[in-house]
Amino acid sequence: MPVEIDIEHVARLARLDLSAEELEGYKDQLGLILEHAARVQSLDAEPHAENAHPLGLFNSFRDDVVLPSLDRDEVLAAAPETAEGYFVVPPAMEGE
Amino acid sequence: MSPMPSVVEAGRWLRDGETTAVRLLEGALQRAANCEAQIHAFLTIDRERALETAARADADLADGIDRGPLHGIPIALKDNMCTRGVETTAASQILAGYRPPYDATVVSRLGEGGAVVVGKTNLDEFAMGSSTENSAYGPTFNPWDITRVPGGSSGGSAAAVAVGSSVAALGSDTGGSIRQPAALCGVVGMKPTYGTVSRYGLIAFASSLDQIGPLTRTVEDSALTLEVIWGHDPLDATSYSGDYPDPKAGLDRGVAGLRVGVVKELSGEGYEPAVESAMGEMVSRLEGAGVEVVEVSLPSFEIALSAYYLIAPAECSANLARFDGIRYGHRGQGSTTEGLMSRTRAEGFGPEVTRRILLGTYALSAGYYEAFYGQAQRVRAAIQEDFTRAYQQVDVLVSPTSPTVAFAAGERTANPLAMYLSDICTIPSNLAGHPAISVPVGLDSQGLPIGFQVMAPPLGEEVMYQVAAEVERFAGFELAPTLQEVAS
Amino acid sequence: MRWEPVIGIEVHVELLTDSKMFCGCAVGFGAEPNTNVCPTCLGLPGALPVTNRAAIESIMAIGLALNCEVSPRSVFHRKNYFYADLPKNYQISQFDNPVCTGGYLDVEVEGASHRVGIERAHMEEDTGKSTHVGAGGRIHAAESTLLDFNRSGVPLVEIVSRPEIRSAEEARAYAQELRSVVVELGVSDARLEEGSMRFDANVSIRPQGSTDLGTKVEVKNMNSFRSLERAVEHEIARQIGLVDSGGKVVMETRHWDEEAGVTHSMRTKEGSSDYRYFVEPDLVPMVLDREWVRQIQETLPELPASRRERYRRDGLGDALAGVLAAADPALRHIYEDAVTVGADPKAAANWVTGDVIGWLRRRELDPIELQLDGAALAELVGMVGEGRISSSAAKDVLDGVLSGEGRPAEVAETRDLIQISDRASLETLVAEVLAANPKAVEGYRGGDEKVVGFLVGQVMRATQGKADPRMVDELLREQLLA
Repeated sequence: MPVEIDIEHVARLARLDLSAEELEGYKDQLGLILEHAARVQSLDAEPHAENAHPLGLFNSFRDDVVLPSLDRDEVLAAAPETAEGYFVVPPAMEGE
Repeated sequence: MSPMPSVVEAGRWLRDGETTAVRLLEGALQRAANCEAQIHAFLTIDRERALETAARADADLADGIDRGPLHGIPIALKDNMCTRGVETTAASQILAGYRPPYDATVVSRLGEGGAVVVGKTNLDEFAMGSSTENSAYGPTFNPWDITRVPGGSSGGSAAAVAVGSSVAALGSDTGGSIRQPAALCGVVGMKPTYGTVSRYGLIAFASSLDQIGPLTRTVEDSALTLEVIWGHDPLDATSYSGDYPDPKAGLDRGVAGLRVGVVKELSGEGYEPAVESAMGEMVSRLEGAGVEVVEVSLPSFEIALSAYYLIAPAECSANLARFDGIRYGHRGQGSTTEGLMSRTRAEGFGPEVTRRILLGTYALSAGYYEAFYGQAQRVRAAIQEDFTRAYQQVDVLVSPTSPTVAFAAGERTANPLAMYLSDICTIPSNLAGHPAISVPVGLDSQGLPIGFQVMAPPLGEEVMYQVAAEVERFAGFELAPTLQEVAS
Repeated sequence: MRWEPVIGIEVHVELLTDSKMFCGCAVGFGAEPNTNVCPTCLGLPGALPVTNRAAIESIMAIGLALNCEVSPRSVFHRKNYFYADLPKNYQISQFDNPVCTGGYLDVEVEGASHRVGIERAHMEEDTGKSTHVGAGGRIHAAESTLLDFNRSGVPLVEIVSRPEIRSAEEARAYAQELRSVVVELGVSDARLEEGSMRFDANVSIRPQGSTDLGTKVEVKNMNSFRSLERAVEHEIARQIGLVDSGGKVVMETRHWDEEAGVTHSMRTKEGSSDYRYFVEPDLVPMVLDREWVRQIQETLPELPASRRERYRRDGLGDALAGVLAAADPALRHIYEDAVTVGADPKAAANWVTGDVIGWLRRRELDPIELQLDGAALAELVGMVGEGRISSSAAKDVLDGVLSGEGRPAEVAETRDLIQISDRASLETLVAEVLAANPKAVEGYRGGDEKVVGFLVGQVMRATQGKADPRMVDELLREQLLA
C-alpha cells in the first residue's frame, strides 16, 4: 500500500517552494518509496538507543584553543549580498 | 600514446627519470581532451594550477624531496570535495560558481603528498544517485559503451580512471557510490572503514554513512592511495584515533587458509546471469587456491535497502538545509527570508535531491519518527549484528558489487525504486561502517565490466586487500574500454 | 476565585571559553562583524563540528553547583528549523539526554528560603545576530536584515527550572541567584546588557491549592532583572484579569514591551514547531564518568549560598551577610583575614561594605588595588573597640591607610587622632574641670542632666578634642556623684 503523505506540510517544513503539479508528482513517488521503506517495520527489535560509531568512538573533543578565523573578504566574496561586513537578507518573518 | 601507467608504474618512471610529473600530467590532460566530448567525466579542469603543481613536484624530486607514492601523480577529485579557490559544485545548480575558502583535509593530504590534481569530476547531484545522470551539468557516460551509464554517484572519477585522464581518483561512498561505478567502469574502487578517512571538507550527504575512498587501476594502487589520505583528523569528531592497519601487508601473501563467506542474500532474482557466473567462477578459483568457502546468511540484508532509504535521506534533509541562498551559492527571489529560502531551494535542487529531502523530512517528522527513522536505526543495528556473527565464521564476505552491468542511459531515471536497487550489494557495508572493495573480474558478452566485491570487518583493510589482490591476479582483467582507442 | 501563579524560568548562559563550542573561532563581544568565523560556525558546505572539552566541563560544574545529576552518557541532537541567523538551519543542541538533570537552587525572598527545582541543564550552540534595518528597527517594519555570525557557535548552556517559582519577586531572586552562581563558578560573565545571560519566563495561573498546571504563556524579551519581575507581575495580573472576566488563557509566546509595561502576543505559527530531533551524526557520545565528575566537583569554588551561611555563623545578620557575600573577592578576603586574627566580625563587615567600598567608588578604583589587608582592618577595629580612637576619627584613619600613609596606629599618630583614654590622666583633667566649673556641678546635683554635655565639652576642649568622650562621660559622672 503506498503511504499517504501531507506533501504540502512536508515541503513547507523543508522550505521547498514547489508547484502544485510538482508536489503531486513527489507525493506519488514518495508514497511508493515509503511503501518499500516501510519494510523496516518487519523487524521485531528492542527500542534502540542511538547507533554507536562503528569503531565505538566516544569523547572526541578539542582543546579550548583559539585557531585562526577565515579572512572576511574571502568569506563575503561568496555571498549573494553583503553590506559593510554583514550578510544581507530581506526582513525575516517570525522564526520558529 | 603509451598506455596510462598505474600509480606504482608512474612512481617508478618518475624516480628512474623516464618521465616527469609535467609529462604525466600532459598525458592525462591529452586523454581528457580526447575523451571528454564523449564521456564528460570532468566538471572543472584547472590546467594552470595543475601544471604549477606538477612543476613543483618535479623540482622537489630533483632536490631529493620525495613525498611518497602519490608524488607527481595526476589525481582527479570528485566535485563534492572542497578545493580552496577552485569551483566546487557538488554537481548542483545551487552551488554554481561556488569557490570554497578552505581545502578538504584529504585535499591537503594529497597536496602534502605531492599529488597533482587534474580536476574535479562529475557526480550525481550531492552524491545522490547510482548513474551520474542526476548531475545538474549533464551526465557522464561509460567509456566501455557511451550509450550506457558509468554508475554513480562517483561516475566521473570512475570514468576518468578508466580512460586514464587521471592515474587515480578520489570518490565518496555513502551507499556504494565508489564501488558500484568502479564495477561498471572496470576499475578498482574501495570504501574504507567509517572514520578512517576525514570527512572535513566533504560536502555531506549522509554523515553517518559517507566515506571518501580511492578509485584506481590496480589493487596495489588503491592501498597506496588509501595510506596517503587516511588517518586521524582533529577537525572530524568521527575520525578514528587508534592504530591503523597496514593495507599493503597482505598484498603478496595469497589466500591459502582464509575463510571466505558468500552472502546468500546477494544473489538470485534481479542478478544478471553473467554477473552470477563471474561470481561463481571467481569463488571456485579462490577455493582452488586453498580458501575455505562457506555460504553465509545475513537475513537483515533483505531490508537493508529500506533502512538506507530512510536513514540517508533523513540525514541529508538536515545536511542540505544550509543551502538557503544567504551566505553562498544561488539565491532566488523573495521579499521575506522565508520566501527567499524556499525559492532558492526549489530552483537550486534537482528532482532526486528534492525527493530525498522530502523523504527525509517526512521520516523525521512528528508522528512518523518511530515507525520510519527510529525503526531504520534498529535495522541498522541488526545488520551490524549479522556482520559480527558472520565474521566469527569467516575472514571476509564476498558478493557481486552490482546485480547488473552498466545499464542504458535513461533506463532507470523514470523509476526511483529501480535505480535504488543498484545499490543492494553495497549498502550493507555503509550501514555497518565496514570496509569493502570492488575488483573488476571480467566482461560480459557485451563487453561490459563485472565487479567482484570483498567485504571485511572494521579496520580489516589488510585481509580485504589480501583477498582483493588474489582476485585481481586470477582475473587478469585488462583495462581497455572502447574509448581507449580514442584516448590512444 | 483565588489564583496562584506558577512560574518557570529558562535561562541561557553564554560560556566564557576562549573558543567556540564546535570550532576554534574566538569567543568575544564587540568584534567587527563576521571576523570570528570559520567553515564550521558559518555552516559552509563540508564543515564539521568538534566539541570543546572546556565547555563540557563548564556545564558539568554548573550542574554540580545546582545539585544536578550529571548523566554518565550524553549525546547531542540536531534541532531542525530554518532561520536566517542559524547557518546550518539546524542547531546542535540536546534533546532527551542532556548533560545535567534534576537539581535545585535555594532562593531567598524577604528572609524566607524556597527551594526551586531545576529540571535540566543542557549544552547547545548560540546563533548569529540579526540586526533589522529599516523603519524604527522593529522586526515588523524592517526593510532588510543584516547578519553577523560572530556569535554563531558560542557555547550556550540552557538551564530550565521546574515550574516551582511562586511570585514575580521570587522569579527575580531566582535569576539573580543563578547569575551569582555562574559568575562565582567563573564559567560566564553573565552580562544581561551584553546578552551573555538571557531569560524567558513561562507563566501560568491555577486555583489556589490546586496541583494541576494551567495553560502556560512564554514571555520573552526581558533584558534586566527588574524587567523580569515587572513582566512576570504584569503577565500574572493579565491572566487573572482574563479568566476572571470569563476568558481563557491561550498557550502562546508574548513579547515584553518595557516602555509600555505590557506583554504583546507574538504572531503564532500554525501549530507548534516540529524540530525533527535526531542524534547528531557528526559527533560521538560523551561519556562523563564518575572520576571526571569527581574532579570537577573538587574544583568547585564556594558558592554564594554557602558563603552567606558561613558569614551568618560568624555572627552577621542576614542583610549584612548577603551584601558581604556578594562583594568582590578582594574585599571578602580582607574581611575574612581580619576575622581570623580576631577582629569583631560585625564591625569588620560594616567597614568593608560601607566605608571601604565608598572610598573605592569615589576614586573609581578596583578592589584589587586596595592597600588594606586583614591585619590592618583588624587593627583599626581593635583601636575603636579599645577606645584608642573615636569612631569618627577611625574614618580618617581608614582614609589614611587606604591612601598609603601606613598602618592604622601610625596613621592615627601622624594625623594626631589618638584619643586620650588613659584613665589616670583623664581623672586628673576631669577633676580640674569640675573644680573650674562649680556652677555646673551645682546644677547637676540639682537635677540638671544637660550640664554633663557641657562638662564633657569642656574636657574635650582642654584636650583639643582628643579625650575619649565615653570615658570622660563615665569619669565625670563618677566624680559628680562622689
